Amino acid sequence: MESTMVTDFKDIKQEQMQEFLHDSIQVPDDLQSNVMVTTLDKVYNWSRKSSMWPLLFGLACCAIEMIATAASRYDLARFGMEVMRPSPRQSDLMIVSGTVTKKMAPAIVRIYNQMAEPRYVLAMGACATGGGPFKEGYSVVSGIDKYIPVDVYVPGCPPTPEALIYGLLKLHEKVERQSITTVPWYRKGANEAIPVPVLGPDIFDPRKVQIIKEQTLGAAAAAKGPAVSKARLQPQPMAEDAKARIRAAQAKYRAQKQPA
Amino acid sequence: MSEATMVAAPPVADPSLPYNDTVAGAVVGTWADDTDQALFVAPDKLLALLTHLRDAEQYDLLSSVTCVDYSAYKGKARAGISERFDVVYHLYSTKKGGGPVRLHVRVPDGDTVPSATGVYPGANLQEREVYDLFGITFEGHPNLRRVLTWEGFNGHPLRKDWQEAYFDEETKPFKNRHPAGSYQWHEDKLPWGDNNTYPAGWDPDSWEAPVSYVPVSQAPHRGFGELDTQSIVINLGPHHPSTHGVFRMLTRMEGETILALEPEMGYLHRNHEKIGERNTWLMNMPFTDRLDYINSMSNNLGYALAVEKLLDIEVPERAQYIRVIMAELTRIINHTWSIGFILNDLGALQTPALYAIEEREMILDLFEEVSGARLMCNYMRFGGVVRDLTPGWEERAKYLVHDRLPRALDQLDELLSGNEIVKARGRGVGYLSAQDLIALSVTGPMIRAAGVPYDIRKAEPYCIYDRFDFDIPTLAESDIYARYYIRLLEARESVKILQQALRDLPPGQINAYASATLSQGFGTIMGGKGGYTFRPVEGEAYARVEAPKGELGYYIVSDNKTNAYRYHVRSPSYINLNALGPMSVGYKIADAVVILGAIDIVLGEVDR
Repeated sequence: MESTMVTDFKDIKQEQMQEFLHDSIQVPDDLQSNVMVTTLDKVYNWSRKSSMWPLLFGLACCAIEMIATAASRYDLARFGMEVMRPSPRQSDLMIVSGTVTKKMAPAIVRIYNQMAEPRYVLAMGACATGGGPFKEGYSVVSGIDKYIPVDVYVPGCPPTPEALIYGLLKLHEKVERQSITTVPWYRKGANEAIPVPVLGPDIFDPRKVQIIKEQTLGAAAAAKGPAVSKARLQPQPMAEDAKARIRAAQAKYRAQKQPA
Repeated sequence: MSEATMVAAPPVADPSLPYNDTVAGAVVGTWADDTDQALFVAPDKLLALLTHLRDAEQYDLLSSVTCVDYSAYKGKARAGISERFDVVYHLYSTKKGGGPVRLHVRVPDGDTVPSATGVYPGANLQEREVYDLFGITFEGHPNLRRVLTWEGFNGHPLRKDWQEAYFDEETKPFKNRHPAGSYQWHEDKLPWGDNNTYPAGWDPDSWEAPVSYVPVSQAPHRGFGELDTQSIVINLGPHHPSTHGVFRMLTRMEGETILALEPEMGYLHRNHEKIGERNTWLMNMPFTDRLDYINSMSNNLGYALAVEKLLDIEVPERAQYIRVIMAELTRIINHTWSIGFILNDLGALQTPALYAIEEREMILDLFEEVSGARLMCNYMRFGGVVRDLTPGWEERAKYLVHDRLPRALDQLDELLSGNEIVKARGRGVGYLSAQDLIALSVTGPMIRAAGVPYDIRKAEPYCIYDRFDFDIPTLAESDIYARYYIRLLEARESVKILQQALRDLPPGQINAYASATLSQGFGTIMGGKGGYTFRPVEGEAYARVEAPKGELGYYIVSDNKTNAYRYHVRSPSYINLNALGPMSVGYKIADAVVILGAIDIVLGEVDR
């Protein structure tokens, strides 16, 4: 009885290790219990996804469901994510859990800038994704992706804890597909801080000052600064060759993803 | 002023109007169409009348201060109002109970209104809100700054002529989307692709935000005898784990002792009232869920009661019982949650909260079963509730209220109430006398922990609360420990109500309309074109419920259209924050965190 349990356990362990083993390098049979060969990418990504610490950061209703996700019934600890850090400098993941208002947006961008790479952003719920039911409101930002890049969107108002966990697992998948050779945070000059929006008569993004000036002061007065052509202000249809490039990349990605 | 609605202001005080015998010339007229007592007050006599009502008539609680902009009013009965703004005060008595005295002060654009803060300090935050959203200046207000928007914000958003960046039409359903279903992205309409508008002629390059006077920066400085120490200003929030959301506290401190504390809010201001005035009546129901997002059921209930007051419909028995059951279940959720997080603030990180959330999940399962959603139930309707209880629901609820919840509350009591740290940190901290609390318009568990047995379920019963046998627990200490313990006691009373309600739950209809479907329901009955477009009679209504956090009131004005003309939420979390500063002064900075936790705020309701 005991022996079978031990062998069962070994089998399970072997099975779980398969995904981390190197594809082509075979370890001789007599060394298999002592030596395992894998790639740096796999170890790097496995360790990052297994202890992805979220920022202790709640905005609105979705924060309640985020707390429920971390509590005993849904138990985020199963994914190594129960350690919510109050400091952005210690956290890897920002869960934007709720409505982003204009008054709060500068603080969020500042917190995002303070997070160390690698960092990820999960937009939880309809409001963080696109403004949600409050989109028409005068002091609501239509989605946090107007200011900071988002990795995963979780729809719902609010998303159930199951939906949030699904989104987090999707994020884990994304992490697993990254490679240490190409990740942006080891490249030169990749980490530019995002300009913090300013609260004027209405909130404004420092990157859009030129467009705003053209509207409020008229084109002539705004022309003193760097000129922005009128055509740029209109939504542009995507060029055909750009579409073709995207389609080719998608096809290539799908082909790679097929199991051998 | 039309003669139909208003008695013209006489040169001498009209003795037939109330209070004119004591404060001569204060009351100049009444609405003709109102059931509640609604009095027009001359602005210059307002303070004298308020003082009289407070001292001689025992109206000690200034419940709500809000404003209506009558410039776009389309109804008949109140047409021809010459003054644009109408500042509305609701006064209640915590001693007598019963209904309100409603005062209207009508002023043209640009006029000032005397600030009520000298008589009722609780008017502080509400007058700031009216100033922020309507631009009415209150003369004599100590701290008249913007509160929900920021200094430098362009305009006053709740004025009827103020339009947001994504403005479509005045009222929903928008013709460009309904019924054809066509749409255009709002982002495509604006050159910057954002929800922003800028005044013409504004230059972003030369913009400098106006500096606002924050009282803590001017707080008195006291030295330590011979030692001349410096006091510093510490900012907590808006992103801070102790502030229960996006809330900010500015504290002036000497060492660790707080000299002054000023709350800053608006970081979750979601324009509930502006959107609520565009929405049809029914469309507001899911928005109320998102006010106090821990207790969506009580928010639904308050709004349903307010509109039912205008519609004048009778709610069937079964629906009444279901409403009470849901409201009391949310109270248990709220109180256990809040106990868990008070302990969190005291340093018992997570463990008590985990116990509390476990019970909450059991109740949420019941909510999900009947309404389809855990958190945002959207369950109540005008005239009843939207769906009947599912088979087996009652048995599961009975198991909870007879067996599981009493045990869970006893367990919390046993584990926490005798704890040395809870006692040492809680006893005598955050004290404020009952008189001060009432003067600051604080309601709910906070004043009951100060020995005031004021509970709207008893003082002005709504629904069918007068049928149940329950007590209003009070404690005398008015400190953090009492505020913690009163929530436990109240949750036990809720269990008692639930046991009786589940025992007596009758069969029958769940909505006043035999067919609860929208197309045949109240739409056709109320004279609308069908579906969600019914038209309540012209007039105003204020309904309030004892929400778990305090008095939750809805003030609505109807001009016989399918949308609310004015829709205001008197939120307990927001107004209870009046007491935060006075309560924290003299205690340590670590105590301020717990004092805030024991007020039990939810930012969705604070900022709306």
